[in-house]
Amino acid sequence: MALALLASLPAWIGNSYYVNIASQVLLYAVFALGLNVIVGYAGLVSLGHAGLFGIAAYSGAILINGGYGHFLGIVGALAVTLGASALFAVLALRGTGLGFVMITVALGQIVWGVAYRWISLTNGDNGVSIASRPAPFGLSLVDADPFYWATLVVFLVALAAIAVFVASPFGASLRGARDQPRRMNALGYNVWLIRFLAFLFSGLWSGVAGLLFLYYNQFVSPQTVALTASAEVLLMVISGGTATLLGPIAGALLVVVMKNVASAYIERWNFVLGAIFVAIVIFMPEGLVPGSLRLWRWGVRRWRQRLAGPVAMAAVPPGSGGGQ
Amino acid sequence: MNLWLLAANSIAFGGLLFLLSAGFALIFGLMRIPNLTHGSLFMLGAYFGVSLMAWGLGFWAAALVGGVGVAVLGGLIERLLLRRLPGAELAQVLVTLGLSFMIADTCLMQWGGDPISIETPAALRGASHVAGVAFPTYRLGVIVIAVTFATALWAMLERTRLGAMIRAGVDDPMMARAAGIRVPLLFTVVFCLGSGLAGFAGVIGGPILSVYPGLDQDMLPLALVVVILGGSGSLVGSFVGSFVVGVLYNFGQALLPELAYVVLFLPMLLVLVVRPAGLFGRPSP
Amino acid sequence: MRALEVSGLQKAFGGLHVTREVNLSVDPGERRLIIGPNGAGKTTLFNLITGELRPDAGSICLFGQEIVRVPSRRRAHLGLARTYQIITLFQNETLLHNVMLSLLGLSGLRWNPFRRFARQAGLIEAGRAALSRVGLLDMADRPLSDTSYGERRRVEIAMGLAQNPKVLLLDEPFAGLSLEERRDVQGLLASIPRDVTIVMIEHDMDVALEFAERITVLHFGEVMVEGSRAEVVAHPKTREIYLGE
Repeated sequence: MALALLASLPAWIGNSYYVNIASQVLLYAVFALGLNVIVGYAGLVSLGHAGLFGIAAYSGAILINGGYGHFLGIVGALAVTLGASALFAVLALRGTGLGFVMITVALGQIVWGVAYRWISLTNGDNGVSIASRPAPFGLSLVDADPFYWATLVVFLVALAAIAVFVASPFGASLRGARDQPRRMNALGYNVWLIRFLAFLFSGLWSGVAGLLFLYYNQFVSPQTVALTASAEVLLMVISGGTATLLGPIAGALLVVVMKNVASAYIERWNFVLGAIFVAIVIFMPEGLVPGSLRLWRWGVRRWRQRLAGPVAMAAVPPGSGGGQ
Repeated sequence: MNLWLLAANSIAFGGLLFLLSAGFALIFGLMRIPNLTHGSLFMLGAYFGVSLMAWGLGFWAAALVGGVGVAVLGGLIERLLLRRLPGAELAQVLVTLGLSFMIADTCLMQWGGDPISIETPAALRGASHVAGVAFPTYRLGVIVIAVTFATALWAMLERTRLGAMIRAGVDDPMMARAAGIRVPLLFTVVFCLGSGLAGFAGVIGGPILSVYPGLDQDMLPLALVVVILGGSGSLVGSFVGSFVVGVLYNFGQALLPELAYVVLFLPMLLVLVVRPAGLFGRPSP
Repeated sequence: MRALEVSGLQKAFGGLHVTREVNLSVDPGERRLIIGPNGAGKTTLFNLITGELRPDAGSICLFGQEIVRVPSRRRAHLGLARTYQIITLFQNETLLHNVMLSLLGLSGLRWNPFRRFARQAGLIEAGRAALSRVGLLDMADRPLSDTSYGERRRVEIAMGLAQNPKVLLLDEPFAGLSLEERRDVQGLLASIPRDVTIVMIEHDMDVALEFAERITVLHFGEVMVEGSRAEVVAHPKTREIYLGE
């Protein structure tokens, strides 16, 4: 049913502005789902994933502008992203915990530095544009609706792939390595390799999302790979709830909608973003999806207790209780 | 560009980085807090300096007052937010990151989007001749300030009771606690000190870097590189690391402008691969 | 051939020599007890044997094969399993999931990213068998966080046994157990077949002495006394170390 709802979304939204926002939500959901593999299931917080997202977008743009066409552009960009993910992983996995975070920040900043300064390759601050969106099987993706459907297909593939991945024996190994790395080693697992492979998988989906971003905007600039971008997608994962499938999607919805709505009414999006970060960490550290579930269950229990009978109610002074 | 001048600029920039990253290294080493607001505190210090000087304070007074102002803010951040999250590294990363966005946006709102330069104090304008080569006097001054602070910090860490407590906390937090050191108070003191140094550095750096939105994002990775190179919690490591980064950054900008960031980060990556604890950090057992 | 042969093993942390010069030979099928006061280096010895720590010097042979340079995870595949003194189980998972992870560690399936872990009939069956050996089959689907301390100790042992090891290292399996639970675990250990060699660290002398055939007394990282139950108990050095005489 959710699927039918998602597929028919453009029909009942009508307005292409909102369809585009829906596409943005989906593409960022792919990104957040990919990041969640490493943040949630591997327990390694990366603040450099916008680097991978950006590497995919930039290499796609450069290949397409180099005349290689969309197919080779996409394949090439994903190959480059996987290579970069491998390099990131080898370096970042030298540390765990804080070390890992710091190294990913540094790696992300290198990518940003290259995007910003290596002007002959990346056109610096001006960014790189591409002329067209691809037309798979002869279907043009120029308009908002078909682009939305294409993004939806990619999103569903990503969701299914990640769902299978986390429920697999390898997924169980990954979660084990997150919770008890030493023990997992003693049980015969190669914890380093498990994390390395998970990073590649995470990088791959970040790259896919990066390409969606490139096609959505037909443009990529250093802003795409800035620390703020890494932080935004991390916020999606954390706010929605790490190590859940639904969490990153909810987080992407929240952040994209907030960003578009907030930027329409208030100029201070970054301030709001920062404040949400702080508030979530302090008040709902487990994320919105698990947090809301907890509140919901608590609410239902309270409700049931109130309905449980007049005996319990009798102790409550009139006017203070009841089912509002 | 003149090679001597480039070298002098590198060293001056290294001195500035030391003021910035010494606090970062202490906070990271002692409290295990990856303080991602550190770049923002530097920028905030610089903006405080701008406003204080606009109200008629002299440069040095503005630097001191700005530093103290940032130190107080740092203390508040530690007391009100970070204290609620002991040991929760991910939460600390997120809160400090969130705060850095809020600070950056507030600065943008308060001081606008254009770069603001801070005037060089009159006494240090112009050039000095050292061994027949002309250097900008102010940069020499920054080197002197950095060396003075390094010496003072070193003496504080090695010679005073507070320093002994901080060292004990860096070496073994559990033992320090068991030995009756009031670690929570120590944390606040160190956080204030580190923040204050960053704020002070922001004003001192003003005449060289000027102040602009995004200064925080430019400085934070540099502090990160210094600490990764030098090792967390190591003053000597920060000192050496700062000058290495200063040289790499300036020479990289001048000689290979397109790849300046690669030149800057490559040595850090090499150090990580060869010696993950940093050049001067102690490897954990 | 010895099941486990440790010779000249040394390990220092900074200036602190935790393991000075340990020699240990354990025959196949033997029940060996390692005792010693706190800080004698017992758990460190286990960490060295399993490869969680790298020794400064010395050799470790498992059934004649030198393993001192073999990484920890490979040693598990060679038939070495251990339990931990401080319980290191997977808190949020069920008992069955815990034991299945132990089984998965030695299975090629652990790299498979396509199948459903929760539907692996082979692993489930073996996991349930391991839980049934420790008497926890009826709790298989309970999350570990819902179990008592004594039950967790048994899960630890189930995870060790599930790997079907040749040599099983037990680090204080009786620690923190009630009298009744001790008896349960004692019976459980007695039921382990003789093709498993067991080395156990234990403080509780009553249960431990009954279990072991040979006893090694470790003190300040060195083997002080070794011998049969009677020999060790009668040895003056044992009394010196334990009774402070």
